[in-house]
Amino acid sequence: MVPTQYYLILSAILFGLGVVAFVFRRNVITIFMSIELMLNAVNLSFVAFSQAMPAIRSHKLDGQIFVLFVIVVAAAEAAVGLGIIILTARNRQSLNVERVNLLKL
Amino acid sequence: MSAPLVIFFILAALAVVGAVSLILQKHPIHSALSLIVVMVALAGLYLLMGAEFVAAVQIIVYGGAIMVLFVFVIMLLNAGEEERTDFSKLAKFGGLPLALALTGLLAATMTRHGASVPNPETAGSLAPTGQISNLLFTTFVYPFELTSFLILVAIMGALVLAQREKG
Repeated sequence: MVPTQYYLILSAILFGLGVVAFVFRRNVITIFMSIELMLNAVNLSFVAFSQAMPAIRSHKLDGQIFVLFVIVVAAAEAAVGLGIIILTARNRQSLNVERVNLLKL
Repeated sequence: MSAPLVIFFILAALAVVGAVSLILQKHPIHSALSLIVVMVALAGLYLLMGAEFVAAVQIIVYGGAIMVLFVFVIMLLNAGEEERTDFSKLAKFGGLPLALALTGLLAATMTRHGASVPNPETAGSLAPTGQISNLLFTTFVYPFELTSFLILVAIMGALVLAQREKG
């Protein structure tokens, strides 16, 4: 059987890669995708913890339910976020986040 | 090495390669395809952990619905290769060390405190989907109903945001 730690370390690596993508990419759509990647990494550790819980405990499946809620929130976030992206792209004719600097001093 | 461990390493390598490819690809559509690879690999890992329902939802909602939405928007906006701009000095010089530090911190905490997390005692047992639905409609019924509100608000928000200005 695969030790739970392996899943947790993979989750940390994926989260870190998501952060790197978030910081270094300029395209707003790619940045949005890296957020999804980070959510996925967190989901992985939720399921790993849920699986590691002893079967006698009544809370064994709570982690998997949390994953379902995270997926629902991610779907809602994707719908609204992509709407915002379409709006900014239409207004500023650019997908580069460094050109969207209206709130910057 | 046992068979689950081999499968784990194959899927984990697939996920990490997909995530690295997401960072390195210049064109957003290639990044989106790399992200689909990551999501399918994660669905395989969920199956390996016995979370069959989560694996199915991962494929259907993430790999299907959300990524189709992304690909649609990329095509709708006709997004080309991203231009390289260096307006932010902080992201340029501080980004990589800080991200590496974060990953190292997370992994170190996981390895130190994760040792106390017990390993699953039974191999390859599937979590019954009936139990998940039972929990979802009894213990978690209020959060479940709230998510339906959330989706409703998200639909209305997306419609309001994406509609053309009148007049």
